[in-house]
Amino acid sequence: MSATLRQPSILPGFGLTLGFSSFFLCALVLIPLTALVMKTASMGWRDFLEVLFDPRVLASFRLSFGASMLAALINCVFGFVIAWTLVRYEFPGRKLIDALIDMPFALPTAVSGIALTAVFAENGWIGQQLAPLGIKVAYTWIGVVVALTLIGMPFVVRSIQPALIEVQRDLEDAAETLGAGRFTIFRRIILPTVLPALLTGFTMAFARGVGEYGSVIFIAGNLPMKTEIAPLLIVIKLEQFDYAGAAAIGFLMLVISFVMLLSINLLQTWGRRRLVAAGR
Amino acid sequence: MAGGPSKALLAELASRPGRDSFTSSLIKGAFITLSLLFLAALLFAPLITVFATAFSKGIAMYFGSFFDSDTLAAIRLTLLTAAIVVPVNTVFGIAAAWAMAKFEFKGKSILITLIDLPIAVSPVISGLIYVLLFGMQGWFGAWLQERDISIIFALPGIVLATMFVTFPYVARELIPIMQQLGNDEEEAAITLGAGGLMTFFHVTLPKVRWGLVYGVILCNARAMGEFGAVSVVSGHIRGLTTTMPLHVEILYNEYNFVGAFAVASLLTLLAVVTLVIKTLVEWRTGYAKH
Repeated sequence: MSATLRQPSILPGFGLTLGFSSFFLCALVLIPLTALVMKTASMGWRDFLEVLFDPRVLASFRLSFGASMLAALINCVFGFVIAWTLVRYEFPGRKLIDALIDMPFALPTAVSGIALTAVFAENGWIGQQLAPLGIKVAYTWIGVVVALTLIGMPFVVRSIQPALIEVQRDLEDAAETLGAGRFTIFRRIILPTVLPALLTGFTMAFARGVGEYGSVIFIAGNLPMKTEIAPLLIVIKLEQFDYAGAAAIGFLMLVISFVMLLSINLLQTWGRRRLVAAGR
Repeated sequence: MAGGPSKALLAELASRPGRDSFTSSLIKGAFITLSLLFLAALLFAPLITVFATAFSKGIAMYFGSFFDSDTLAAIRLTLLTAAIVVPVNTVFGIAAAWAMAKFEFKGKSILITLIDLPIAVSPVISGLIYVLLFGMQGWFGAWLQERDISIIFALPGIVLATMFVTFPYVARELIPIMQQLGNDEEEAAITLGAGGLMTFFHVTLPKVRWGLVYGVILCNARAMGEFGAVSVVSGHIRGLTTTMPLHVEILYNEYNFVGAFAVASLLTLLAVVTLVIKTLVEWRTGYAKH
């Protein structure tokens, strides 16, 4: 049914539009990215490894990946709860909240950064409540996790929502009639349907978190070895005119983004196949 | 449904877990409360803080902070950058969508992945690559310096980095819509003797205009709000190369919280307008489908 056109087509403009967009893509994306790869390649293995195994760089990678992973996991739980609430329940303000989910995506990262810091600082609205409990959020690694959780939230919720709508309610009803409890229904019917979407959302939130800069640097405090994220280290190296060092860190992050982009695509293909198989 | 189920069966069904209305409403209440608490702490509280801090010293101070010449320069630079980036990326997005959605060719999926690439790349890297090209020690650094052309720490660098970060958005919105709509109407127009441009403006554009509107709006919001990439290439020269988000950072680091949050409140309003337009577009297209 999907009317995809074969190569011979009567529509005009193929050469023009493809040529223009490929040229633009090369000039703006491919050549600059090549510069990054070439710069890293010109370093030689020893210099490259020396940059990466610098304790400060290792610490920043640990924080960037650890905090992104934790934030993405938190988002899997709360993202599911929010998506479920928005899909299954009717309550006043539901449409407004649904629209606001995209806010962290539309809001400039510097704004969410300073606003989160103001809220979670020791004299902030939430920081005040947590301080007597001995929990410091702003200027610690917890602050990094909080910022990355906010940034990743829309990705997880927006991936799960369509999948939750797809869950066949009559299957749930049938399971109920056959005596399945809530947990069994969740585990055997809802979770398998939502799982590919959940994984996609997780990967997207994780990938976004690793590269995130603006919303994190304000709340992190940026203490060397403790609360420095990897993108910040690139900025620091550039300020010291250490182009090679910056390129090396950037190259590694780029490789990781590539791998994650690839796995998102594979996950989506896997999810689609599962849905088709389930439909048979 | 002749006869229907017996009363005993109905009672039995009602006693099963899912039909238990008390537990159901308890779970419903817990889910809604949990969602709202999570969003209140992470999203609503920061949003309210932006305006609360901006207005904390009174309305006069709030509006007064926009009459600072550096703030005005930052607003001008942001508008100028968006005015260059958004039209260029819109033309690219339309061209790319036409090529990707209307034709089948080898390597198409690679091209689509490449278009998505800037979204997966850290904004800092998006700035870094242009520093490596045009910075003082970059590929073209010496050549540019001889000719006294500055790209990094100047407007061209800011425009390039912003363009890189925002260029997928129009294409990403248009490609799926144009693919879904198919080619029949365009083919009919061409067969009847319409030219390529006429076909695009009279057949394709009216069908995809809401998607295009949303893509452009999103591209614009991202262009005006970009921080990481621009931060790397801008050099932070006050009043010259600071865009609004960078100016927020400068004011914040100077402990000028009213000023920082006042500029931030403008950016927040931009995000709110973007979301409102997005919601309107979704309603429009939602109605169009039915």
